[in-house]
Amino acid sequence: MPAAAPAGAGDGGFVVTLDRYAGPLDLLLHLIRREEIDIWDIPIARIADQFLRAIHDLGLDEAAEYLEMAARLLRIKAQMLLPRRGDAEAWEDPRHELVRRLLEYQQVREIADWLDAAAHRRAGRFARGWVPPAPDQPPPPLEFTIEELLEALERVVAMLPDPVIHRVIPRPLDVEAATARVMDLLRERDAFGWRDVLGPSPSVVDVLSSLVALLELARRGLLLLSQPRPFTPFVIARGPAYETA
Amino acid sequence: MDQRTRLLEAALFAAPRPLALDELSILEPEATDADWLQAVRELREHYDNEGHGIEVVEIAGGYQVLTRAAFAEAIERAAFAARPVRLSAAALEVLAIVAYRQPVGRAEIEEIRGVSSAGVLRLLQERGLIEVSGRSEGLGRPLLYSTAPQFLEYLGLADLGDLPRADELSIALTPPATEG
Repeated sequence: MPAAAPAGAGDGGFVVTLDRYAGPLDLLLHLIRREEIDIWDIPIARIADQFLRAIHDLGLDEAAEYLEMAARLLRIKAQMLLPRRGDAEAWEDPRHELVRRLLEYQQVREIADWLDAAAHRRAGRFARGWVPPAPDQPPPPLEFTIEELLEALERVVAMLPDPVIHRVIPRPLDVEAATARVMDLLRERDAFGWRDVLGPSPSVVDVLSSLVALLELARRGLLLLSQPRPFTPFVIARGPAYETA
Repeated sequence: MDQRTRLLEAALFAAPRPLALDELSILEPEATDADWLQAVRELREHYDNEGHGIEVVEIAGGYQVLTRAAFAEAIERAAFAARPVRLSAAALEVLAIVAYRQPVGRAEIEEIRGVSSAGVLRLLQERGLIEVSGRSEGLGRPLLYSTAPQFLEYLGLADLGDLPRADELSIALTPPATEG
């Protein structure tokens, strides 16, 4: 069922009380029904004009689906104006495909109305209502003496494990020293590896400091990181900004 | 009413949804389907003949006890129970196409309706009325939709055969006979 109905259509004026159709086919069917037009012989020029005016009045003239239908109607209108050559048998009515779609859509609408009525009938017959489970009863008020409370407290305290105290020692990254180490290596050698930067028996802090230093220097262009082949250690060399630094 | 009919009545009263014959057989394994059908018939006649406000209805391949339609408004007015929210015209159109063309893809639905239908399909899926039933072999292997079990319950139908047949609809897809 269209969600819109014309309130008055005199004078060719198109007044719509509600604002939505289910789609361009719905609107088109509505116009055809209103004009009492034979769907097998649609006066395409008239219906195209009305369709354009309707989508304009409804503010639908920016909706792609309505515009597509408007364009289709105008194309059919143009095809109808072309002179028909040859015998009438070979001429295929350009309205045919539109009529087929309109009838198909009308059938869908009819089924949709049937479904709506069935759902409405079913909705009027209620199954046994679902009753939410009753909320739990609130616990009875507590009754105890102060001695009982203290005993309970002692039991709880006895269960507590001895506290374990952790001391957190800050071990800041020494990026500056690592940077100096890398710069020394850059001055001394044309190319070197990642392990050369670390030196013997490096700590986690050394590794992280060196990594940050390398990345920072690479970012500033002072060195180049390259990997000759996949899965090989990368090679560190002087970068484009090294000479100017 | 005999013992089995009373058991059926109790089961239908307790269950929140329609009960199918194979579910009823759990109640009393020695009873056959015919026995249960007999019990259903007896309970239905009892409700119909003794002037009850409820009735036995066959829905979604099972049986359910529902209030009679005559009392819908009074019950709803008193807010003892609420009707489900009605579907929009667009949702009903998509539901109609899915019901008659299942399994059907979104492209075919949109071709028939002339409007994009993704949002409506999602809504119908959320309400449990349709479900994805497979994928087309076509380009991009689009999803195919079919009606879900809830569809029959929502409409109060025993099975899909309760839908009107195409030749029962007033629209025929054939042109009128032309002269000559």
